[in-house]
Amino acid sequence: MAIEGVDIVKAASLIGAGLAMGLGAIGPGVGEGMAAAKACEAIGKNPREAGLLTRTMLVGQAVSESTGIYSLVIALLLLFVV
Amino acid sequence: MDFDVETWVKLAAYTGGGIAMGFGAIGAAIGEGYTAAQANLALSTNVKNSGSIVKNMLVGQAVAESASIFALVVAILLLFIDVPVPSLLKAASLLAAGISMGFGAIGAGIGSGIPGGDACLGIARKPEMAGRFTTTMLIGSAVCQTPAIFAMVVALILMFMNFGQGSLHLNWAAHLGAGICMGFGAIGSGIGSGFPGGKACLGMAEQPEASPRLMTTMLIGSAVCQTPAIFAMVVALILMFMKFGNAPLHPTWAALFGAGISTGLAAIGSGVGGGMAAGASCEGIARNPETVGKVTTIMLVGQAVSQTPAIFGLLVSFILIFKTFPESYTLSAAMALLGAGICMGFGGIGPGIGTGMTAESAVRWVARNVEHAGDLMRTMLVGQAVSQSTAIYAMVISLVLIFVV
Repeated sequence: MAIEGVDIVKAASLIGAGLAMGLGAIGPGVGEGMAAAKACEAIGKNPREAGLLTRTMLVGQAVSESTGIYSLVIALLLLFVV
Repeated sequence: MDFDVETWVKLAAYTGGGIAMGFGAIGAAIGEGYTAAQANLALSTNVKNSGSIVKNMLVGQAVAESASIFALVVAILLLFIDVPVPSLLKAASLLAAGISMGFGAIGAGIGSGIPGGDACLGIARKPEMAGRFTTTMLIGSAVCQTPAIFAMVVALILMFMNFGQGSLHLNWAAHLGAGICMGFGAIGSGIGSGFPGGKACLGMAEQPEASPRLMTTMLIGSAVCQTPAIFAMVVALILMFMKFGNAPLHPTWAALFGAGISTGLAAIGSGVGGGMAAGASCEGIARNPETVGKVTTIMLVGQAVSQTPAIFGLLVSFILIFKTFPESYTLSAAMALLGAGICMGFGGIGPGIGTGMTAESAVRWVARNVEHAGDLMRTMLVGQAVSQSTAIYAMVISLVLIFVV
């Protein structure tokens, strides 16, 4: 199979997109799970504050999500823009 | 460099043998180390019963050893295998067999050390129940060996099955994909199913009268943990026995590789995560046996959610295996499909573990605070849904790589 310069660049951007989103998803997945785990623990200890705790969990998770969204953005840029 | 076929077969067999034993030794050594560590801890609290603790430690270590013995057997077979008619396909199969067995033994080795160690702690606390602890340990560790046995079965099929001579076409990629899929797919389930076994032993020491319930929960929980390994086995079997007819070589080879990577890697997270939830439910039932119904329900719901990334991985694998791709000799067409598999595979690891952690904590606190089970379940599901989002991003990018680019 003949490989040309344009083709190899395109191939690199596609596999790069896969790597960016694949590896980038590990951290937020674990981190948000940790936040949710501690929120459950806190609600177990102090159920009256369930609303506040859930809100805090969601804010924390949203921040933790940001790196996942960066990965998504980079993956989409690699797929459709560059 | 032009090698004859026989050289390729030898090259693959020896490399495969090295991979099988090298990686296969990791898990059992860690698991046995954990058992010995816990046994020492147990001895420090109860020197009088050192005999039964050490005996239990040795029995537990022997079970944990079996995963690496499987790897040893496969490695020796690969070193001395006699291939009557060497072919390049056989070379690929032998390398794949080594990958399957080597990585497949890691999880089972680590996982089956956990019940062994915790049974030693149990004996130190309740020496009169030594027999029951050893039985529970053996059952728990035996379940942990299942993924390693799957990996061995796949390795033996790859080594000794006659897949027809010479028809290299796509089967080499399919066989390598099958080896990767089964090898990595066994890691998570092996580690995960060790947690409930360990917590069940600790729980029996705390609440001996709840033993039958703990045993049941341990078995249910670790059975659910096996699901990702079973997915990996299904994909491996499909890849090994599928007929590819006249599907174009390019880019289908990359799709088959990608299919193996997708399910294999995505299964790691779900296996570990499901085990965490199951472990917490054994702990919870021991703490408060009346909560068994609610605890088991939340464990199963939590485990089901943490299986989702493995299911996404399976879905992407099936698309990659069964979709026909138009012939294309460009590198980018192949890399898009390989990239789709890598993306979904790695992308499933984190959310699988994260949702498992959430479920673990929710189950633990339902046992302590059962009247707020509803609140906890709700928070668990919301938290898991957010943690799941990155797996969904990964699936979206995979599907874009398969269908759009």
